[in-house]
Amino acid sequence: MTTAELLGQDPGWLIVVKALIVFVICVVSTLMAVWTERRVLAKMQLRVGPNRVGPAGLLQSLSDGVKLALKEDIIPAAADKIVFIIAPIIAAAMCFMSFAVIPMTGAVTLFGQKTAMQLTDLPVGVLYILAVTSIGVYGVVLAGWSSGSTYPLLGGLRSSAQVISYEIAMGLSLVAVFIYASSMSTSDIVNAQHENIWNVIVLFPSFVIYVISMVGETNRAPFDLAEAEGELVGGFHTEYSSLKFALFFLAEYVNIIAVSALAATLFLGGYHAPPGLGFTEAWLGGWFTIIWFFLKVNLFFFIFMWLRASLPRMRYDQFMKFGWKVLIPVSLLWILVVATLRVIQQEGASRIVTLSFAVGIVLIVLAITSVFEKSKEKSRAPQPVGEAPDFPIPSLPGVTSLNASRQISTGDDHE
Amino acid sequence: MSDSLEPQKLESEKLEVAHSDINSVEYREVDQPGPGSLAQQSKGFWVTFRAMFKKNLTVQYPDVKAPTEERFHGRHQLNRHPDGLEKCIGCELCAWACPADAIYVEGGNNTPENQVSPGERHGAVYQINYLRCIFCGLCVEACPTRALTMTNEYELADKSREKLIFEKEDLLAPLRAGMLMPPHPMYPGMDENNYYRGEVTESHPSQKTDSQAAPVQTGDTRS
Repeated sequence: MTTAELLGQDPGWLIVVKALIVFVICVVSTLMAVWTERRVLAKMQLRVGPNRVGPAGLLQSLSDGVKLALKEDIIPAAADKIVFIIAPIIAAAMCFMSFAVIPMTGAVTLFGQKTAMQLTDLPVGVLYILAVTSIGVYGVVLAGWSSGSTYPLLGGLRSSAQVISYEIAMGLSLVAVFIYASSMSTSDIVNAQHENIWNVIVLFPSFVIYVISMVGETNRAPFDLAEAEGELVGGFHTEYSSLKFALFFLAEYVNIIAVSALAATLFLGGYHAPPGLGFTEAWLGGWFTIIWFFLKVNLFFFIFMWLRASLPRMRYDQFMKFGWKVLIPVSLLWILVVATLRVIQQEGASRIVTLSFAVGIVLIVLAITSVFEKSKEKSRAPQPVGEAPDFPIPSLPGVTSLNASRQISTGDDHE
Repeated sequence: MSDSLEPQKLESEKLEVAHSDINSVEYREVDQPGPGSLAQQSKGFWVTFRAMFKKNLTVQYPDVKAPTEERFHGRHQLNRHPDGLEKCIGCELCAWACPADAIYVEGGNNTPENQVSPGERHGAVYQINYLRCIFCGLCVEACPTRALTMTNEYELADKSREKLIFEKEDLLAPLRAGMLMPPHPMYPGMDENNYYRGEVTESHPSQKTDSQAAPVQTGDTRS
């Protein structure tokens, strides 16, 4: 029985229960994620992090949330009131919605009903996630616009430009997954990986592009230009306070968890155990698979934290150049390769033909990049020594020092 | 623009261009090192990863108080002579030296009934506003009698502005062994010059006044 058929048998009350569970999982994992991030980031910076509220500071984010809710809720006089209120609701709701199609376990028994921990299984599940996260951008843009202030507007515009740019790369990286799984349904993709091999191995370039663009998509460091503290105060949520700010905060973290969950689903075999540990999937009546799932999600979440601890924020032009001139062309080419390989396989070509085709492509890519490197090196070759500029410059490698340039310049004056 | 003017202007422009052709400006290309290899660039990730397993540098402050440096500039203290008389003579030099205008001093006359410090004058009112103080230590340098010094105490936070204006009682050094609570007469046979030279090393029984009912406890170990 496929997951879709399994989920089709769910009675109404079970769907409500599962929706509630998904909601609770999202909120609780946000609380945990904030705490984990602060602790791990602190460890990476030789600090301790929050450790005073509850055991090991576990209740820190909960108390922060309570504090946020009790704060004064300010709506600026210049704000468009209705849009100002709707914006955080859109942002938060859309993030929760994308979690609906993520399969968290295999077949399990919940309150006597045989089902799977997945709210619904759409035939176009991944497309649905992309669509819903795109709507989430409205929340950010509208928040920036309705605040009636400059910095939020700039932050909102940056954020929308950023998310739209990186969503293209993200969507393109997923095309290869669709081609390999012959489906857009999340559960089918998981099963396809279980039957063959995890997509992270066969579609490694797609995986890399997805991981990069998911960081860009969630506005996280080093791509956190939308809320660049040093430049834009707080970005789109500068004017927000109290619960509305908490909603944006929640949206950001649920979004991170959602893209991490999608990455685990599409590339790391979803809820299935790693190869060789398949026997664990039967433990606890199938519920053990949820542990594998969250281990994988946390792996991605750790990457988020690690990036934030290691990298400075990118410049906006570098960021856009990287998205449009590197990620998108590379993923387009990669789709071309994957599609060709797939067709060759389906036409019944032997393994040798497929392999030699793949090897040929690798050789071509290597040849092209080496030519590029050569031309780069040529352009970087030291220039013939000419006249030094007639103004004081700090000494740089390959340039005569300040005094020498002075001497040359006085020589020029005599001519 | 009229037609008659145009050729003229073009002529002048051509002349100028001949002298400063923008394409022939000499410049020199600097051989910048350029971005490092991928391995070099990913070194930073190793740094942050390794840091997770290092000992952290945090001091759990309210629970653990790390000692300050020996000469840390903390709260001020108004010192006493060994017999208990105050060293402060109310000269206001500290207040004048203060760049933050944090010190307020009012001098008072010493009388035979009210001898607070050796000599003629004592500080009657002495206030330091710790909301203004920048702990530069210029007041300590200005003090001619070494009455004002600084302690290592740094926990100077409170809930109101009034509480952070420290009065003379808050700043005075505690009475140590052998000291008597002023006001009391100066050491017999000594004048203020002897005091300043450090020739008074303890209190004399005759310095005890009637107001001091009980003798000063010598069990005070703060020495």
